[in-house]
Amino acid sequence: MVPTAYYLVLGAVLFCIGIASFLIRRSVITIFMSIELMLNAVNLTFVAFAHMWGQVSGQIFVFFVMVVAAAEAAVGLAIIIALFRVRQTLNVDQVNLLKN
Amino acid sequence: MQIVLFTIFGLLAVAAALNMLLQRHPINSALSLVVVMMSLAVLYWSLGAEFLAAAQVIVYAGAIMVLFIFVVMLLNAGEETRTHGSKIASIAGFPGGAAIFCLLSFVFLKYRSVLGTAQLGGLQAGAESNLLRIAHSLFTTLLLPFEVTSILILVAILGAVVLARKEL
Repeated sequence: MVPTAYYLVLGAVLFCIGIASFLIRRSVITIFMSIELMLNAVNLTFVAFAHMWGQVSGQIFVFFVMVVAAAEAAVGLAIIIALFRVRQTLNVDQVNLLKN
Repeated sequence: MQIVLFTIFGLLAVAAALNMLLQRHPINSALSLVVVMMSLAVLYWSLGAEFLAAAQVIVYAGAIMVLFIFVVMLLNAGEETRTHGSKIASIAGFPGGAAIFCLLSFVFLKYRSVLGTAQLGGLQAGAESNLLRIAHSLFTTLLLPFEVTSILILVAILGAVVLARKEL
């Protein structure tokens, strides 16, 4: 018997670690991974609420989030490969094509 | 039983996420993220979402993370260099993130009794299986969104192929 609130707090912890990772890491791939971490944290919240209400709607939302995350990962990694080919770097500080 | 599962795998997930945050090399971060996803799969299972636990292992830990690790190895990504970039992230970002966390956990813990407790296993005792209910909703009321996701995946595959071609 675990209070549902604990699952939600765990989701909040993971989400905030994802935010921190998004802010301090300097590699495009790692920033992308922290986005996946944030999506996972939100998924945990959805599943906890689905359990709380005894409904499957939350689980179906998680299913769709997974599908979109898979599509996003494929496109995002292709963009990273194309970016690396042009700039020869993965550091976001040196990717400033749009700055001027 | 449930509290033991929650404690072990919750702590494992948080520790692996912190490891992902602190490691300098992308491959270490990717492997830590796999540990986070596996622990989350166990937590889903303990919340009665068996289908999602399996999908989490297959889709996230199996497919997406393998793609990440392949890209890290393909690009031969080395350790990150220390940045001397903008300080806005640490000035505004971390207090903001901490504020979001404090707000969320305050609300969740305040309404702890209203939110109820989670029990190990399925949604309701004696109910039909969880997978049956998900499949029923997906193939009746949510059929259109379900079919649209297939188009989304197709477009994503085509986009990935086009973007990763040699001559852009």
